[in-house]
Amino acid sequence: MSDPHERADERMDAEGEELAPLVGQSSVWGNAWRYLRTNPLFLTGSAVMVVMVLMAVFPALFARGIDPTDCDLSLSRQPPSSAHWFGMDLQGCDYYANVVHGARTSVSIGVLAVLGVLIIGVLVGSLAGYFGGWADSVLARITDVFFGIPLFLGALILLTVSSERSVWTVSLALVVFGWMTAMRLVRSSVVSIRGLDYVQAAQALGASSGRILVRHILPNALAPVLIYATIAVGTFISAEAALTYLGIGLQAPEISWGLQINVAQSLIGSSPHLLFFPALFLSVTVLGFILLGDALRDALDPKRR
Amino acid sequence: MPDSLLEIRCLTVDFAVDKSWIPAVRGIDLDLAQGEVLALVGESGSGKSTLAMAVPGLLADNARVSGSIRLAGAELANADEPTLTSVRGGQVGVVFQEPMTAFNPVYTVGWQIVEAIRMHRDMSKAAARARAVELLELVDMPEPAKRVHYYPHQLSGGQRQRAMIAQALACDPALLIADEPTTALDVTVQAEILDLIRDLRARVDAAILLITHDMGVVADLADRIMVMKDGTVVESAASATLFTDPQHPYTRALLAAVPHLGAGQLSVTEADPTPEPEPAPVPALSLRAATIEFKSGPKSTFRAVDGVDLDVHAGEVVGLVGESGSGKSTLGKAAVGLVRLTSGSVHIAGTDITSLSQRGLRGPRRNVGVVFQDPGSSLNPRWPVGQAIAEPLALHTGLSAAGRAARVDELLDQVQLARKLRNRYPHQLSGGQRQRVGIARAVALDPALLIADEPTSALDVSVQATVLLLLRELQAEHGFACLFISHDLAVVEELADRIAVMQSGRLIESGPAEAVLNRPTEPYTARLIAAVPVPDPPEQARRREERLASGSRP
Amino acid sequence: MTRFVIRRLLLTIPILIGASLLIYAMVYALPGDPVRALAGDRPLSAAVQAQIRADYNLDDPFAVQYAKYLWGLMHGDFGRDFSGRPVLETIGQRLPVTVKLTIVAVVFEALFGITAGILASLRRNSFFDNLVLVSTTLLVSIPVFVLGFLAQYTFGFKLGWFPIAGVADGWVSYLLPGLVLASLSMAYVARLTRAAMLEAFSADYIRTARAKGVGRSRIIIRHGLRNSLIPVITFIGADIGSLLGGAIVTESVFNLPGLGRAIFDAVRSQQGTVVVGIVTLMVFFYIFFNLVVDVLYAVIDPRIRYE
Repeated sequence: MSDPHERADERMDAEGEELAPLVGQSSVWGNAWRYLRTNPLFLTGSAVMVVMVLMAVFPALFARGIDPTDCDLSLSRQPPSSAHWFGMDLQGCDYYANVVHGARTSVSIGVLAVLGVLIIGVLVGSLAGYFGGWADSVLARITDVFFGIPLFLGALILLTVSSERSVWTVSLALVVFGWMTAMRLVRSSVVSIRGLDYVQAAQALGASSGRILVRHILPNALAPVLIYATIAVGTFISAEAALTYLGIGLQAPEISWGLQINVAQSLIGSSPHLLFFPALFLSVTVLGFILLGDALRDALDPKRR
Repeated sequence: MPDSLLEIRCLTVDFAVDKSWIPAVRGIDLDLAQGEVLALVGESGSGKSTLAMAVPGLLADNARVSGSIRLAGAELANADEPTLTSVRGGQVGVVFQEPMTAFNPVYTVGWQIVEAIRMHRDMSKAAARARAVELLELVDMPEPAKRVHYYPHQLSGGQRQRAMIAQALACDPALLIADEPTTALDVTVQAEILDLIRDLRARVDAAILLITHDMGVVADLADRIMVMKDGTVVESAASATLFTDPQHPYTRALLAAVPHLGAGQLSVTEADPTPEPEPAPVPALSLRAATIEFKSGPKSTFRAVDGVDLDVHAGEVVGLVGESGSGKSTLGKAAVGLVRLTSGSVHIAGTDITSLSQRGLRGPRRNVGVVFQDPGSSLNPRWPVGQAIAEPLALHTGLSAAGRAARVDELLDQVQLARKLRNRYPHQLSGGQRQRVGIARAVALDPALLIADEPTSALDVSVQATVLLLLRELQAEHGFACLFISHDLAVVEELADRIAVMQSGRLIESGPAEAVLNRPTEPYTARLIAAVPVPDPPEQARRREERLASGSRP
Repeated sequence: MTRFVIRRLLLTIPILIGASLLIYAMVYALPGDPVRALAGDRPLSAAVQAQIRADYNLDDPFAVQYAKYLWGLMHGDFGRDFSGRPVLETIGQRLPVTVKLTIVAVVFEALFGITAGILASLRRNSFFDNLVLVSTTLLVSIPVFVLGFLAQYTFGFKLGWFPIAGVADGWVSYLLPGLVLASLSMAYVARLTRAAMLEAFSADYIRTARAKGVGRSRIIIRHGLRNSLIPVITFIGADIGSLLGGAIVTESVFNLPGLGRAIFDAVRSQQGTVVVGIVTLMVFFYIFFNLVVDVLYAVIDPRIRYE
């Protein structure tokens, strides 16, 4: 219910200069949300992500209460049936329950590793980017050294010499050799924003470095690293599966898709369902996160229009 | 018109944006004779560039063109690609605004000029290369045989633009389109390039379609001028006529808004019966032997500011003038502690801030307000503008939220913005409005000193005039000292009591504005003044002759 | 240009040292008995334990240990396996296979990836473009080892187009494994090329080229592609690291007797010294290759050369 005069006032300022039309100039996040709301990639990706996270947190719910360790050897390798949706595995355990429970380890590792990478990346990257100087140079050299060791190879060595191979150690291995990209992304965002006038304005007003970093720089700098982080969940889940498949990641009796695939590979001719289901779940999970990240990147890309 | 080179009839250009058509050019007619120079003048959004780019068919994919464009009898509007490709570069040469991005960074300028030549002329590579060197000589490039092998990033801004002109002229086009060819250049370089273009008129056969927002650039160069606004032609006349007797109110407003150097418009000869303000006991800002050096590589340092002494007394406006690289912005930043001095001292209202820590600077910073150049980046895009204005209050006063809100309303009134804009985000405001918000933020704490770093350079001419007026009024009302940094002498003349001129880090001249502008003591100052384009054709012509006589060519 | 190369070379040396130090510290400086760590659950005779201790100078202070280790590395001493056989010997035998596999993979990656990316960027939003986007997304999601099985089963076993395993058939045996290994990287290269081309097309210098009357195909190749190659080449260089990791899996699936297979076997038999030795070599190779890519980058982009 607005007065026409008021509306006219809103469109013109004191000297009658017209307001910049909103077409093509909307705010980054607002417009992004509008784009994402109806974007099929985003919706698919989020749906997958939500389902998988729920599956990881409440596996019993999805598995309809079937116990993955309730096994009967005589039923070994049975193909899928109405009673056992995914059939039975080598030990005669319900495969559906096992695959569902596998979500927990994979998703946890993916999320844990990405959280670790984000924390280190944001902390180190913003300090290096904002303060510059010798600390930045030292950090740059250290980053270069870590970049010299590819993620998979580094995690391989670290896990080779670890005594235990739990969800935590695998995540740690991925974080130790995977933090660098996030750090570089944050650092370059911070460096480019640091030069912008509104940061200089805040400095000129006498705001402290902490206040500037937290209230001005970071909220505007995080978009690229968040996109990377979303996709990285998928990448890390895939990496963990590969490590576990090789035998250097999680070990039995942990339930992991990588382990299931490892067992299934030699049986591909006789019992393809053993390979199919965990591979499907693994691929779909990774796919979901990648779609999500892609949709986010498109939404936040100013040049998209 | 029998020898009309370019005939445009009822040209309409629309752009598809978000499923609707936005008109950029509305039914325009245009005639350009051989060898004539026609200027399209307008502010941003007037459609002048769109009109010019429609001729060689260089619009974006989402453009829709209707109407007729005839070049030497051939129809170009919506022509097929082979026709357009042969016309582009062959009959129409284009000079763009930003030579740094307009050149491909991975090829030498010689390679790119040769490419232009060999697209339309059957020549061997060696012959084309020789012609490229000839072209560079034509545009007065220093050491052309050497520069032809340079990459774009190795040339200076002026040299790049010369190379761009050489490239556009490579195949003797009948029409040369120059889209804001000097906007990205320093004033003295701009003068050189304008002189070059004028000179080329005699040596080269091309008609020139010149697009610009700067009336001064147009004054000495154009035969005819078409003033555009919102996609239509508001007025079209011969150059001399337009300047002396503008018909349309918009043209008149535009001419009035252009700062005219030496027109003695305002504050310089106005008011003050006393020639110099009484020096207050303590200057608001005082720099002594200020030197600022930056590391520009592992072993070398770059001296941005070299031994500058400058005072800004309470209540006076000092205009700090210089071209790019003069160090004026760096000096402005040093005045508020954003950049550290390598040696020398800075005092704000008597307090030595040279080696204060960030925390120590808080106190003095309370008394300094800063206005920045780019309204696009001077406000945090995620904060409503009211919050941006309130930030100094939040940092330095103990006001409650309600108290701050009230003060913000007061400030919005002072800068003549509607109070309800307080909750808008920067992207929802125009450039001029954002700049007013920046000013409101700068004066929030009633500072004793205001530093304005090119506050109007990024604004349209008419908006610039209103913002300058606002600054003058605020300064008169509150009496703060002001260091006004700008590359535009005409703008500075409107505001400044004293003027200081910087070149390559040194302060080479300073004094009362009237004295510096009319009786400069340094040759560089004289050159700077002489290079400023003035929106008055006879005067501009006279100034050009003076420039040439004094031999200011590269 | 030579100055640039020399400077980059000098920068590479501390990175090599740093990486080897990092690896060494991980293995030998973490709490716990390194000998035990290297062997996992595998029982070791006293003789083997003594051999390891002597090899790696575990009784010396850390700095001395590391210095001797580095000295050994520079002389090709990558350690020994638990039966006393030098890792260098294994490397010598297995290296050619991995090199061939990697070359095939890089060729596939560059060839298919760049071509698909260029074509997709030219036909933006067309069916082909969407096909490329969808297929690359899928390829990126399916783990290499799964893809390996599927490819081996379908194209090798069921259809018989390619050898299933082993290197008996010469270069042909590397085709399918190379393609599988390249799949992930190929997908990224295609997307990156597409994005870089699209960005190049909207650059000012493209408008200038059009204004000069340059034809479409020349613009695409000489102006668009040339500038797009810069990020793509950088990526391919950095991606060699993931190819090396992927080779471990690929060689084990297709039973190729390369370095990756050696690592796989060593992991299985819990011979940590072999794992560490071969991985160290791979890391060195990766760092050196990145140096080559940097130099190539400077050749393509003159702005880098003249800094």
